Parts: sequence; structure tokens; C-alpha cells
Amino acid sequence: MFLIECPWCGPRDETEFSYGGEAHIARPVGGGHDMTNAEWGHYVFHRTNPKGLHRERWVHSHGCRRWFNVVRDTVSHEFLLIYKPGEKPDLPALPKSPEPPDGPGR
Amino acid sequence: MAEPRRLSSLADEPAHVAAVEAGIVMRQAPLHAMVTLRGNAGDPVFLSGVREITGCDIPTDPCRAAMTTDHAVLWMGPDEWLVVAPPEAGTDLRQRLRDRLGDDRTAVVDVGDALAIISVGGPRARDLLAKGCTLDLHPRTFRPGHCANTLLAKAQVTLHQVDAAPTFSVFVSRSFAVYLWRWMLDAGLEYGVQVLQD
Ligand SMILES: [Zn+2]
Repeated sequence: MFLIECPWCGPRDETEFSYGGEAHIARPVGGGHDMTNAEWGHYVFHRTNPKGLHRERWVHSHGCRRWFNVVRDTVSHEFLLIYKPGEKPDLPALPKSPEPPDGPGR
Repeated sequence: MAEPRRLSSLADEPAHVAAVEAGIVMRQAPLHAMVTLRGNAGDPVFLSGVREITGCDIPTDPCRAAMTTDHAVLWMGPDEWLVVAPPEAGTDLRQRLRDRLGDDRTAVVDVGDALAIISVGGPRARDLLAKGCTLDLHPRTFRPGHCANTLLAKAQVTLHQVDAAPTFSVFVSRSFAVYLWRWMLDAGLEYGVQVLQD
């Protein structure tokens, strides 16, 4: 269970939040009417899915109901940065964590 | 033809028998006038307009509430507040706010019929709420004048600590009110529950 620091409300239980997928995916200018099917498919479905640092969106659904962004390490699930919409701080240095054991992790 | 009558969502709930020494005191609050207000906290005209009508300085710090003897303004988000006024304010509250603030840069929505307020107090009130809420309600972190949108027994609520007794106001959707009321009665059983009738 995460304790997530809402940029407004402070630390709250994970059950108050919802996950919103990868952050900073810009909507196509003009609604995408002039995009090819391949370009549209890339915009809608393709994500970076990294092992490591991932910029992603969360919303404080049962609190202030505001969206914000976080940088999460997808290996350790650690939240390394939390920032408001409109901001985009540099990625922090990846903390040296031991290689995860094989098989299903947490 | 009969006049339409506003009915509490808890009108049919029976009064609970008082314990010898109640650790919990519950009361269904009267049908307050309530309005959801959205606007710019950096706009002095907005701030003074709200102050004029409610007597409260809009809280700009997250999770804080301002109160007078009969009005309250609760922080719901960086540009959103819940205004609570006595029942007799009725739908006039929305109209007075709208007249004063205009509607080009603010949103004023009457939610008086959407929410019920359960008042819960007594020496064990924190223990009762802690059974269904992940917030740290210890007085070092949650004090009179603090408020929070959160989950209580899986229901979306707004908690507002009104005084140090402690007394809390629990704002909940009308359709969840009976469920939450019964959950609280049950959760408070071990402390003894006294239900006050108006
Ligand atoms: Zn929040």
C-alpha cells in the first residue's frame, strides 16, 4: 500500500487515488484530423513502458479531485518526484537498488 | 395541492437508546443551505464578495475551514469551496453569491439537497472515525478548523472538525447517509452511543 503525497492535501492513503497512465502525452494539434492511422494509433496506444523511472498521472479522486504528475521507479514502486500540472522537473538520479529477484515481485 | 416538503434522508431512522456513559454523541444536523463555489482565490473581488455574504475569509490553505457562528467555508480544492449556511438561508444563498460574484469567472452550484450532515462528537469520536478512515485524526495533525475530503467506511465524505470536544461534521451524499449513519451506530456500540434529537 502506498502513502501518496498529494501536492495539495499532503500524504494520503493509496485508496484515495486513481492512476491515469503515462504523463505528458500531448493531444494532437487540431484534433488529429490530418493524422495517418499509424500516427493516430501511436498517439492512442503506444507508451514507453520503461523499467525504471516513469512519469505518470495520478488523481486524488476521493480528496481534492485534482490531477498531478509523479515520477515512479517501476522496479521498486518508489515515488521519487511529485509535481503539479504545468511543471516538468528533471528526472532525479535513479537510486541504486539491488536487482529484483526473479519471479513475481511485489 | 400540498406544498413540496424537504425531507431529511435520515427522517425514518429510529433514535438509538442512550448508553449509561456515552463515548459517542451523534446528531443528524438540520438541512443546511450548501453551495459549491469555484473561483480564483487570487482575485480580491472574489475574496471580498464571499466575505461579505458569509462573514468568512476564504481558506486558501488546503484542508482548512473558516467558520462564523452560522456560516462555514470549507476548502475542497485549490479553486473550490463548500459554503454552508443555516437552513433558513435556503436557495437564497446561491442567488446572493451569484448576484455578488457574477457568473463569468465563478461557478455557484446549490448542493443543499445533495448532501447530508451527520454530527459526531464525544470523547471516543476519533476512535470511531479511525475505524473507517485512513487519515491521522490525532489532535497533533487534525484540529478544530481542519477539514478533509476522504473515505469513511468506503463512503466519500468531507470531515470537518468543528471544536476541540471533539465534534466533527461529516458531510456525505444523501444516498449514503443512512448507510453511514448505521455504520457509525454499529462502530460506536462498544463506546456507547447517544443520539440527540433536535
Ligand atoms: Zn488532494
